[in-house]
Amino acid sequence: MKIIFTAKGDNWESKIDERFGRAEMFVLFDEADDSFKAIKIETEHMEHGAGLQTAQKALELSPDVIITGNGAGNKALDILKRSSVKMYIGAGEMSLKEAYEAYKNEKLNLQF
Amino acid sequence: MRVTIASGKGGTGKTTLSVNLAAYLAKHKKDVVLADLDVEEPNSQLFIIGEEKSCTTANKMVPHWDKSECTYCGECADICNFNAIVALSDEIIIYPQLCHSCYACSELCPTNSLPMQSERIGEIKLFESKGFDLIEGRLDLGQEMAVGLIAQTIDFIDKGYEDSLKLFDAPPGTSCPVIEATKKSDLVLLVTEPTPFGLNDLTLAVETMKVLGKKMGVIINRYGIGDDAVEAYCKAEHIPIVAKIKNDKAVAECYARGELVYEQIEHFKASIEQIANFIEDYR
Amino acid sequence: MREIVVISGKGGTGKTSLSASFAYLEGQNAITADCDVDAANMHILLDADFSNRQDFFSGEVAYIDSDKCIDCGKCKTVCRFDAILLKENRHTIDRISCEGCGYCARVCPSGAITMHKQKAGDIFVSNIKNGATMVHAKLGFAAENSGKLVAKVKQEAKMLALKEDREFVITDGSPGIGCPVISSLSGANLVVLVTEATVSGLHDLKRVVELLKTFSLQAVCIINKYDLNKEMNKMIEEYLSTQDIEVIARLGYDETFAHALIEAKPIVEYSAQSQLSVTIKESWEKIKTKIRNQK
Repeated sequence: MKIIFTAKGDNWESKIDERFGRAEMFVLFDEADDSFKAIKIETEHMEHGAGLQTAQKALELSPDVIITGNGAGNKALDILKRSSVKMYIGAGEMSLKEAYEAYKNEKLNLQF
Repeated sequence: MRVTIASGKGGTGKTTLSVNLAAYLAKHKKDVVLADLDVEEPNSQLFIIGEEKSCTTANKMVPHWDKSECTYCGECADICNFNAIVALSDEIIIYPQLCHSCYACSELCPTNSLPMQSERIGEIKLFESKGFDLIEGRLDLGQEMAVGLIAQTIDFIDKGYEDSLKLFDAPPGTSCPVIEATKKSDLVLLVTEPTPFGLNDLTLAVETMKVLGKKMGVIINRYGIGDDAVEAYCKAEHIPIVAKIKNDKAVAECYARGELVYEQIEHFKASIEQIANFIEDYR
Repeated sequence: MREIVVISGKGGTGKTSLSASFAYLEGQNAITADCDVDAANMHILLDADFSNRQDFFSGEVAYIDSDKCIDCGKCKTVCRFDAILLKENRHTIDRISCEGCGYCARVCPSGAITMHKQKAGDIFVSNIKNGATMVHAKLGFAAENSGKLVAKVKQEAKMLALKEDREFVITDGSPGIGCPVISSLSGANLVVLVTEATVSGLHDLKRVVELLKTFSLQAVCIINKYDLNKEMNKMIEEYLSTQDIEVIARLGYDETFAHALIEAKPIVEYSAQSQLSVTIKESWEKIKTKIRNQK
């Protein structure tokens, strides 16, 4: 499983960024080989449509699962739903590690 | 000549004034046309008993994806500074509401896969009333490009009413739409109230008009309800006070019914006369 | 934390006077956000001290480096906004007309055009008279669309409310139906519509209600100046009942609104004992009950 976390930092102790569209970064974790990679998302300069660009970026990484806090907005959802990715929400207050455990224990809600 | 009637904040009586001024001028045999440029909330037409003469669709140009030659290179999404294009591996998706019609994606696409096509954003209506025409721009719900529609409404008037005195009822505030409604005008009349809110918003509006290099006049509405800080400010800034319209519940009642105020209330008529003379002198 | 957004399609309905009264009544249990960025006025009534300021950037604007520019005119041919001016045979940017699309910078053969971030305004976090905190902003000259700034003001207020564990965020929304309003409505738990019994009041109310429907937001309504035109008031009430929107208060035409303004006070502070203040207090209680009973 390839998992994207929306994150405020680049390690397992970092907090989940509850925003999807304007998340600070993605952390891509691949369960197959335990690889762990942080990718900065730069949306600060964007007036509108940040969610769209973030969604595009997410799909480029072809993840199976996205774990975030509040969930994606309508426009971003529209893009994400074109793939088979599953989006889990409600990890807003957690660290990446806690969020991963919560996901494994089926404690997170599925947005779609 | 173009005169824009503006105000920093909403609800200062801008629309009442514009409609009454246009009606008064028309009655005195002036060739006048009124434009409602508050395209998000056009209201002037509610006060004018007139017939709708025409309705033109207002469009903007947006790219449409033609997939036949597309190589999915993603250049278009990269070019668009407004994030209106999402390029996926097997699909290009366009969000027209975000598009500013700059043509960059369309003209820079290596395979010409994004031809520009027109898409509706609202309409421009023409009403014929007693002695003058009212042109109204009305943005469709959910559309965001007010500036484009304002520019088109002004174009419509420039073409059809070359020699008329053009009165523009501007949207409230000081942001882009107001600037669009003002930048081609010869004179800006700012409507305010003698209250701290009125003064605060007037100050913002005056600062904006100064940057645009516009000639200004101030109309104080609901005069007598507040303090004299607005007058002191105008004096210090050397901005003429064109008229002081007395605070009068009867004016508000007249407005609430959607009727022309100057035909019923004498002191209001006198103020309208002063404004008309000010514009006349300015010409 | 629950957010209440106060909006009205048209200006001058008393929206800010009412929002400021709610903020004053709720005191430190609320964070207040002024999202009427185009004509920010709430700070006057709440005596904000502008103690904390940060820059707000939004959009881009093109810049031509005259040393590198070879005056080929390519930029001028591609610009759809007439933002490239030719002055004494040199090309310059009209910063007011520039939309920031960046087309010119992409086609410039000599690399003379660069895109620069534009300062669009300031955001303030202020202490206000009842010991509470408010977030407000000032839009800079000719700044683009205030939608993003509105989002920023709201976000700042919500973060403060979460951090300091306040029950409510009270937001004074933007006028109109465009991008700033949509931005001020996002994430609202309850919307308070303020309208007046006039032709325009009803007209603009309808447009705003249509907008609310597209976001499926719960709303209540306060009719101001309901006695200006009884017939119009009736039409507004009938319309609202077809939309399932409860009228929580009807306020008569009252110059106390203006008098309180002159003193730079919210109505409930200026004339705490008046009937008007009593009605405002009651409607605030109704709003709170409504929101606490959700879900």
